[in-house]
Amino acid sequence: MLGKTAGGLYWMFRYLERSENTARFVAAGQRIALTRSHADDEWTGVLQTTATWDAYRAKHGEVTQDEAVHWMLCDRDNSSSVLRVVEAARNNARLVRTALTREVWESVNESWMILKEALSQRVSERDLPQVLTLVRQRSAHVRGAFAGTMLRNDIYNFARLGTFIERADNTARLVDVKSYVLLPSSQAVGSSLDNVQWETLLRSVSAEGAYRMTYGQDVRARNIAQFLLLDRRMPRSLAFSVGKLVDNFHFLSDSYGTRPPSAAQAQALHDDLLSSGIDEILDRGLHDYIQDVLRGVAAVGSQTEVDYRFYA
Amino acid sequence: MPDPLRLTVRHVTAYDYDAPVPWGLQQVRLTPKPHKWQRVHRWSLEVEGGRKEAHFEDQHRNAVDLVSLEPGATALRLICEGEVEVTDTAGIVGPHGGFCPLWLFEKPTARTEAGPACLRLAEAVQAEPRPLFRLHDLSAAVSDAVRYETGVSHVGWTAEDAVTAGHGVCQDQAHAFIACARALGIPARYVSGYLLMEREEQDASHAWAEAWLPDLGWVGFDPANRISPDSRYVRIATGLDYAEAAPVSGARTGTGGERLTVAVEVRAQ
Amino acid sequence: MNAARLARGLLRPGTPVAAGLAAFRHGLALASTLPGCPIVQPLRPHMIEPMRMTSTFDEMWGRGMGQAQSSDCEDAAPGLQVQAARPGRLTQAQTMYEGLRPPYRAFDDWLRAENPARLLKKQREAEEVFRLTGITFNVYGRAEAAERLIPFDIIPRIISGREWARLSRGIEQRVRAINAFLHDIYHRQEIVRAGRIPVEMIARNAAFLPQMIGIEPPGGVYTHIVGIDLVRTGEDEFFVLEDNARTPSGVSYMLENRETMFQMFPELFSRNRVRPVSNYPRNLRRSLAACAPAATAGDPVVAVLTPGLYNSAYYEHSFLADKMGVELVEGHDLRVMDGRVAMRTTTGYKPIDVLYRRVDDDYLDPLNFNPDSGLGVPGIFDIYRAGGITIANAPGTGIADDKAIYSYMPDIVRFYTGEAPILQNVPTWRCNEPAALAYVLDHLPELVVKEVHGSGGYGMLVGPTSSRKEIAAFRDKLLARPGNYIAQPTLALSTVPIFTRAGLAPRHVDLRPYVLVSPEGVTITPGGLTRVALRKGSLVVNSSQGGGTKDTWVLEE
Repeated sequence: MLGKTAGGLYWMFRYLERSENTARFVAAGQRIALTRSHADDEWTGVLQTTATWDAYRAKHGEVTQDEAVHWMLCDRDNSSSVLRVVEAARNNARLVRTALTREVWESVNESWMILKEALSQRVSERDLPQVLTLVRQRSAHVRGAFAGTMLRNDIYNFARLGTFIERADNTARLVDVKSYVLLPSSQAVGSSLDNVQWETLLRSVSAEGAYRMTYGQDVRARNIAQFLLLDRRMPRSLAFSVGKLVDNFHFLSDSYGTRPPSAAQAQALHDDLLSSGIDEILDRGLHDYIQDVLRGVAAVGSQTEVDYRFYA
Repeated sequence: MPDPLRLTVRHVTAYDYDAPVPWGLQQVRLTPKPHKWQRVHRWSLEVEGGRKEAHFEDQHRNAVDLVSLEPGATALRLICEGEVEVTDTAGIVGPHGGFCPLWLFEKPTARTEAGPACLRLAEAVQAEPRPLFRLHDLSAAVSDAVRYETGVSHVGWTAEDAVTAGHGVCQDQAHAFIACARALGIPARYVSGYLLMEREEQDASHAWAEAWLPDLGWVGFDPANRISPDSRYVRIATGLDYAEAAPVSGARTGTGGERLTVAVEVRAQ
Repeated sequence: MNAARLARGLLRPGTPVAAGLAAFRHGLALASTLPGCPIVQPLRPHMIEPMRMTSTFDEMWGRGMGQAQSSDCEDAAPGLQVQAARPGRLTQAQTMYEGLRPPYRAFDDWLRAENPARLLKKQREAEEVFRLTGITFNVYGRAEAAERLIPFDIIPRIISGREWARLSRGIEQRVRAINAFLHDIYHRQEIVRAGRIPVEMIARNAAFLPQMIGIEPPGGVYTHIVGIDLVRTGEDEFFVLEDNARTPSGVSYMLENRETMFQMFPELFSRNRVRPVSNYPRNLRRSLAACAPAATAGDPVVAVLTPGLYNSAYYEHSFLADKMGVELVEGHDLRVMDGRVAMRTTTGYKPIDVLYRRVDDDYLDPLNFNPDSGLGVPGIFDIYRAGGITIANAPGTGIADDKAIYSYMPDIVRFYTGEAPILQNVPTWRCNEPAALAYVLDHLPELVVKEVHGSGGYGMLVGPTSSRKEIAAFRDKLLARPGNYIAQPTLALSTVPIFTRAGLAPRHVDLRPYVLVSPEGVTITPGGLTRVALRKGSLVVNSSQGGGTKDTWVLEE
């Protein structure tokens, strides 16, 4: 496979993952804002989660729900807006068209056409839930076509690497930002807190039901952190994502007959960061831990680009 | 016909780069053309800091080596060594060979487009009715109009630039001759090569021009020395202008500067 | 040639051909017919008859009784309409045409039984299929690099086996002559020595690539892929409008149009014995592999070189790579390595044997051609010269499809094949010849004038449909650089019905069959790309100018 093709697949699936996560973050933000008096503060946290806070501030003086939602969904100045990200995913799909099945390509192309239309103008508060649902549905549509029609070879592995690098990064950011917003002091960690806030956090990764199945009605910051970071059964958790990275590096190493540095780095990330218990992590400091995770994930990403010759 | 002259040549072209070069390719025209009047007894081209990727003949039947730089190279050395036996034919190379149509040599190139200055030179020799003499006149006129002077001209100069400036090196004089000859309707071409001089160690290779006449075929003219080439001249490559006959031309990546050093030794045996 | 004048800039060679990235390269024009069109070489003005208003040949209904575009009704065909008495059925109003032509009989039976409402729905479905598949082309000169669909019409264009057999013979003859011409032009130039083509036609031609002189391309093939543009004016009257010997595009539409028809009207293919076109990608790959260079080890590795995502024909590039099962590469995926051109894969560099390039000559190799090109591969032409790779089509083939050379094509066919040309040329005035220029200036309102190096239907004058002001403005351009133009009479291009809301309506068409050349022989895919001018009366079929496409059927004999 061409290095460029591997890179195109990787980025196509990073962008698709990002579009879906961004939509979830907007949904969570809107829900929290509805239940709080200082709604606009909440949007600052959401913008930090999407790593676009600085760019937003450079363009806008103050944070309002209206502007924040527009920024995250439709603004062409925001390279991580859903509109731009879906476009980037589709362009990468065009780049790697020969590696995709017709179903996957058509699904991505149709998603782009539909979302471009839906996000062509400011989304009103009234229409927001439908638009966010549409984004998630389109993502699910592509995922379904991908899971159902693609050969499990190196093409599949590079797509999966992109998906899980992005997901590990996004989930870590979500926990990081929310831990600030929701934990006024370190003593509060572990105590029973404002249920609505925490539920919203779970909701932003579509995991309220799954959490309840695991922990019942006992909503605690510790448990939620444990669930989002370390639970291997939870498909949007950090542990799940990094585990999948390791798996896909294994498949690639087997089929190519060589194990590159990125594979070793992913394994190390997995062993170093996910072997500690949640209490140990909280003692050490959640924020520092997350920063280590983000750095580790980014390093695996850039090493992958080098090892598999994505660029000339 | 006088006895042939046996010349030994050693020519080192050295590029030194300020920073490691990630990637580079050079087209190298440094192998003399065997010819009835120019027998090549031995010749070698060695590359340090790079490797030969391919060897081919271009449209002028020049032997060309494509050389790639070793990734991260900080220097490239091209070392030629050989022995050539040249017969003095008073500059006459002979009939046109190969598939390049003669009209190709009548068309000006970007470097040999005759502007007002070149046209004045060409007009000045038009009075001479005998073509061969007209060309000798032209060679002398070019030699007068473009004084030989190193370090004043630029490798990218056109014939018109040189005639306008009034000085230049052998490359500029050859270009001026070619531009004027073509303006007179005479096919002309650029030749790069070596010249045996009193000073055996030289810091550049040589260049001159050839023009085609119906009776004689290609005839050489060296405005720099105001003569036609004799047995002291080794022909390496020909082309419509410098760009097609240059000893080394290429491209590379990397931002650092480079220094080019050329050392030529021509000795008679 | 007068080199002194050349030197003074009076006779400059033509401007270089711009990046031929547009999906299609020329324009068409129409109006009167010239029976037996003689070749104008040298100019024999007395043989060019003045324009006559004659009837247009409809390929479904035969010779019409009047101008197809004379109907007052905007969209309805003169010969066909939806009868009020029997709503929901398409019937023939037996008025203006001689009668249904045989290739269309089975199709007509089917059409009569069809409900127009269902067809309208199918037409929309077809558009949706194309939209979802992303079969688009990019339009240049717009603020945003808009991707547009080329409209598809569901009424097929049908050619009988007998008609096709004759066309094929003519095409094969022409393509063989083109390859022989290219070999000659880059070697001894016997045709020039023989005085059959003036030396200026080569010497002053920007499409002539001196670097190709003396090269023997692997397999002896210059044009691996050729598209011959044909127009029809009557039952047995076909003309070659243009040869495409560089990188003919549009073949993906030929394949997708058929695929779409299969999906929408499978029953049509059990009623009609239509020859398949789906072998094209397999034949293309085989044909390319047969031209592999000597350096090839094992099975030849083929790749398609595209200028990239934003090229107008990117869809086609990826489509062909996909269907051939080969890599789609860009310049930055490739580099010279170990005497070969190699592509960067996830596990290292891998040599390519045959490169089907969709990048113009000038952009192919910054080391040897345009140094500013970021689309090419430095040194690839040197590796080609050293026998390390096959480039398809070979660099420099543009000299064979230049519009000025076109006018010599009948002589070229005779010179290299020793036979009379089977396919006719449209008579062409070369405006660099004073007598021709004078004639053209006197007859601008009835001629089509094209730029020698123009493409995509831009920069041309269609006399009969131009205003006096437009003609006057064009006259100035023509006078300023006559050598830049050729002129042709307007032809009465045949029509084929298209499907509209109001019923069937005749529209002008052309045809581009695709031809593959390898040492094993010449393969012509039975079919091709039919382009149709969707606007009533229009003769411009270019996709960039609002043209559409149709499926093209060649019936079994």
